[in-house]
Amino acid sequence: MSSTSVLGGVVRRREDPALIQGRGRYTDDVKLAATAHVAFVRSPYAHAQVGSVDTSAAAAMEGVLAVYTAADTDHLGPLIAQVPVGALRPLLNSGTVKHVGEAVAMVVAEDPYVAKDAADAVEVDYDPLPAVVDLKHSLSDEVPVHEGASNTLISWVGPFGADEAALAELQQGIEAAKQRDDAVVVSQEMTNQRLIPVPIEPRSVMADYQAGYDRFDIYSSTQIPSALAGAIGKYFGMSMNQVTVKAMEVGGGFGCKLNVYNDEVLVAFASKHLGRPVKWTETRREAANSTIQGRGWVATATVTGTEDGEILGFELEGIADMGAYSQNFTVAIPFLGLFVGSGQYGFPTYWKMDCVTTHTMTTDAYRGAGRPEAAYYLERIIDMYARRIGMDPADVRRKNYISSSEFPGAVSPMGFPMDTGDYATNLDAALETAGWSDLLAERDAARAEGRYVGVGLATYVEVCGFGPSGLVDLGFSWAEYQMPSAFNGSSLVRVHPDGSATVSIGTGPSGQGHQTTWAQIVGDGLGLDVERIRVIHGDTEEAPPSIGTFGSRSAAVDGAACYEATGKVRAKAARIAAHMLEASEEDIEFADGGAHVAGAPDSSVSWGEIAACAYQPHRLPEGLEGGLEAHAIFSPGNATWPFGTHIAVVEVDPDTGDVDLLRYIGMDDCGNVISPMIVDGQIHGGIAQGIGQAMFEDAVYDADGNLLSGSLVDYILPTASDLPSFELDRTVTPTDVNPLGVKGIGEAGTIGSAHTVVNAVVDALEPLGVTHIDMPLRPRRVWQAIQDARA
Amino acid sequence: MYPREFEYIAPSDLDEALAALDANPGAKVLAGGMSLLPMMKMRLLSPDAVVDIGRIAGLDQISDNGDSISIGALVTHAEVAASDLVMEHGAALATAASWTGDRQVRNRGTCCGSLVHADVAADQPVAALALAATMVAVSSSGTREIAAADFFVDTMMSALEPNEILTEVRIPKAGPGTASAYDKLGRRGGHTDYAVAGVAASVTRSNGSISAATVAVTGVGSKPVLVGEVADALVGSDGSEAAVEAAAAHATCGIEVLEDLYGSVAYKTHLAQVFTARAVNAALSAAG
Amino acid sequence: MKVSMSVNGKQVSGDAEPRTLLVHFLRDTLGLTGTHVGCESSYCGACTISLDGKAVLSCTMLAAQADGADITTVEGLASNGELHPVQEGFWERHGLQCGFCTPGMIMSAVTLLEENPEPSEDEIRQGIEGNLCRCTGYHNIVRAIEYAGAKMRGEEPAPAEWENA
Repeated sequence: MSSTSVLGGVVRRREDPALIQGRGRYTDDVKLAATAHVAFVRSPYAHAQVGSVDTSAAAAMEGVLAVYTAADTDHLGPLIAQVPVGALRPLLNSGTVKHVGEAVAMVVAEDPYVAKDAADAVEVDYDPLPAVVDLKHSLSDEVPVHEGASNTLISWVGPFGADEAALAELQQGIEAAKQRDDAVVVSQEMTNQRLIPVPIEPRSVMADYQAGYDRFDIYSSTQIPSALAGAIGKYFGMSMNQVTVKAMEVGGGFGCKLNVYNDEVLVAFASKHLGRPVKWTETRREAANSTIQGRGWVATATVTGTEDGEILGFELEGIADMGAYSQNFTVAIPFLGLFVGSGQYGFPTYWKMDCVTTHTMTTDAYRGAGRPEAAYYLERIIDMYARRIGMDPADVRRKNYISSSEFPGAVSPMGFPMDTGDYATNLDAALETAGWSDLLAERDAARAEGRYVGVGLATYVEVCGFGPSGLVDLGFSWAEYQMPSAFNGSSLVRVHPDGSATVSIGTGPSGQGHQTTWAQIVGDGLGLDVERIRVIHGDTEEAPPSIGTFGSRSAAVDGAACYEATGKVRAKAARIAAHMLEASEEDIEFADGGAHVAGAPDSSVSWGEIAACAYQPHRLPEGLEGGLEAHAIFSPGNATWPFGTHIAVVEVDPDTGDVDLLRYIGMDDCGNVISPMIVDGQIHGGIAQGIGQAMFEDAVYDADGNLLSGSLVDYILPTASDLPSFELDRTVTPTDVNPLGVKGIGEAGTIGSAHTVVNAVVDALEPLGVTHIDMPLRPRRVWQAIQDARA
Repeated sequence: MYPREFEYIAPSDLDEALAALDANPGAKVLAGGMSLLPMMKMRLLSPDAVVDIGRIAGLDQISDNGDSISIGALVTHAEVAASDLVMEHGAALATAASWTGDRQVRNRGTCCGSLVHADVAADQPVAALALAATMVAVSSSGTREIAAADFFVDTMMSALEPNEILTEVRIPKAGPGTASAYDKLGRRGGHTDYAVAGVAASVTRSNGSISAATVAVTGVGSKPVLVGEVADALVGSDGSEAAVEAAAAHATCGIEVLEDLYGSVAYKTHLAQVFTARAVNAALSAAG
Repeated sequence: MKVSMSVNGKQVSGDAEPRTLLVHFLRDTLGLTGTHVGCESSYCGACTISLDGKAVLSCTMLAAQADGADITTVEGLASNGELHPVQEGFWERHGLQCGFCTPGMIMSAVTLLEENPEPSEDEIRQGIEGNLCRCTGYHNIVRAIEYAGAKMRGEEPAPAEWENA
């Protein structure tokens, strides 16, 4: 590894002792007296008119407390969305259901077994209607998904901010390039298939309405506790401070817990109605049809370039699947793709994505959210172009990068200012680490023996660390959730009278190690042992409002807030210590659990002594208020733009189409690194999810809108035996938009990996004439591509 | 995740179990539960009664009968995979068991249970077919011996009657020059997970040519099935690469190949041929 | 019906319906919520426990089937405040992120090392094939099990990758 922590050293994660002993508390582990359990009655049809809903048999069953239908809950209104473009989801639907799994009724019972028995006993008449599943079919508007509305909800066109004249000029320029004598035009329609996020912890929510205090405790497996508090408050006419959301341990999120869900609202409704705690935990098959999915694009990518590798223009035109209803970010996901539509390249780029609705479960943010898709099309088509002109794919990329000399101040062809970047250095480091020329030689030697070995390379830039307050002006506001505070980070650092410290922060982690990282930041800033620092997150009662953990934003935004709050506490403590030590404030240094005078380690006071003084105002220097705590809101000047290069080596069995992934090398650049251990772990997991998309995962719907791969039997996730150990290293190009210089790493692995694997498999099959295979590269697809190429 | 209510019966001997089956016509036999319980959890199956044979003594043995070996109803996949006796006389079955499910599933799931479940993409039924196994079915009215070739009736349907228990599967001992093998492509590639296509083969070599062969194919049609045409083409041949390839061309003879998420008809047909050749070659090389 | 079993060295008993799954009995009746439910098709392995010394899926057993069995769950691994080497390995080698698959993964690893004290990387990977993890890409889980194996054999574990910085 080429870098260590900006804070120095590695610490074992503080969250682990509980988790490795089975003593972590996840939502489904919480038990309150008299908790009732929920089961939903869900539509088996993708599109159907609901006739009668007969709940009498269910309601009469022993142990059943209530059966609710839309008539009971319609007054609450539909599910709120941050970007409310398109139809919103009814909490329960007694009209026309729009996807398999849509909730029609809700049963509450003493026991989850009985709840399920009763849900099965609810009789619903459905009159099936034709379903729209195929994206091109939806785009035609032949069958409306929602009566009276176009299926196309919005079209995102880039460059961002370009008016019609500018777009026309751009397109004419690319057209003119295609007419050049030396023009090489490579175009390919590709599918970026729908995926099911599958955190191993199913979503779970428990609501405990306390009538005596007119307030809710909500326990939920969510990435956005503050938004959930605001939303629940809004539904029940309460302020957000009447609702406490506790997201304790969250067993993976990957974006699918970045939604307020109808089930969360309904469970709260039932708790208030019944006066009892009410809990619901989704089953895995239920999750497939009621928790958001991701990806789902069909698009054509076109590169126009010269024979010597200069790319003159890139175009992407396609359709993205929004599913039946818009939830939190739904239509905004392709817009995140537009952000990075031109990648780390400087060539003119035209980008258009039509967002269409279908009779399927809603899509929304799944790890990477728009950016893996955008990078996939770009990096696949550049690879095809490199192959066409017979140039090393690394050289083609290097030739077209935005130069490091353009930073700071670089603006992407899509119209976005980028923070920092040094793409060629990163690419070269990856090539060297992998032994690129040796890999190619080994591949060629294997080919000479008749083996189908392939080497794939891809690079990426992503955008994350959202972000600036100004995003509100682009329509990204959380005001619908009583949270007009946008994407700021927020952190409160308090030193207690005994010299221990607590940092409260609005993030909602699901495995990112925040218990450790925030303690490291505070401990480093205060010279305080991390063991004396408590971290509170995921709790809206105890932590300041922030928007949660997603979009690789926690370190770059909330972490920066934590850093700044720590700085404020430290500055005040320095004044107190200087006063106590009769020294100059500028000479105070913090280390080893206290403050000392620079050059005079014996002249020191402990944090306990400083704190004791801080809480006795009569001992403080004149003009200084008592107490020792600080709150910081951090809004960065820009998002961050991490980047990297990934390389994969594969071997294909041409008789079966079976792909063996032999090596995987990642060279990522996420700026400064707080914990190399945690950063590498994030990359490992991200790569595995990208490989999952490339090779295994597929949310397959039939023409009637039935999800054929809704259980883990058919939704194939990578297992340990499907993956190699990963070879990681990094370059370090700090960002200038936050004081830590960190960019965020949660999604990068996913954004860099799917196309790397596809590029490698296509490379392996190049001797057979294969130029593209759509994901997932299951054996059947690979074999079929070989047959098609041979034919 | 929550099965419907049922009556749970845990007999301590076989007679009691058989009586319970007679008394409860809708009952299901529970051994390892690796097929039955997931279906009950998903409410794809909701029997009125479950007869748990897990506490019946004597059903958990792999035994040597002299001219055959027996695998009892409670012998797990892991035990089959690790058995020297099974490896010696039915390597195809030992391999198939080692590629069934995952470690946890192999620790509970039983060989006999897998045979009775008769999944279209399971590994062990074709091994039983290729090894000419005999199924020993016991009911209160007596014992029936069913040839493997007659046992797999249709998708998830065996010849076992609702009041019968498959107490053992019996495999004839492999004579000199006889060996078997199993090979497959799993759903996630390699050998893991259900078979997209899998083939078990048993061959006997004598005097430089193949004197007997059985080949069975799983994953491609509605049930695991013996393919006599492949065997016929092999018998009498010299077992050369060309001969095996020619025989393998018949791999789906008489099978209606069905498309699923993991393969088109053309692909599965091709895979059946590829794995027929691989399994036969492996068996030939083991036969010496 | 009444079921009794030994769990983590203690004899316990409780009421269960015939249909009560063992995992629900452990979690809801005994309060041992370390054993998790991650799917309903017996594919994820989050509910893995050791039953009579073997890794099994507690979601795919009736509580009634476990009557009389000897069970160890993740809560029973550490003794006298000392972590089991596998637990230590997961902590030392960052073998977990969200932690939800971890109890099942650890139980799978414990039984694997009992059966095969010196597994190769491939054997480790195949040995935990029945445990899905969505966070780690398994990389550090493999390192964690290698660490534990070395410790249990009385060897010095290989240094952490980030220690080579």
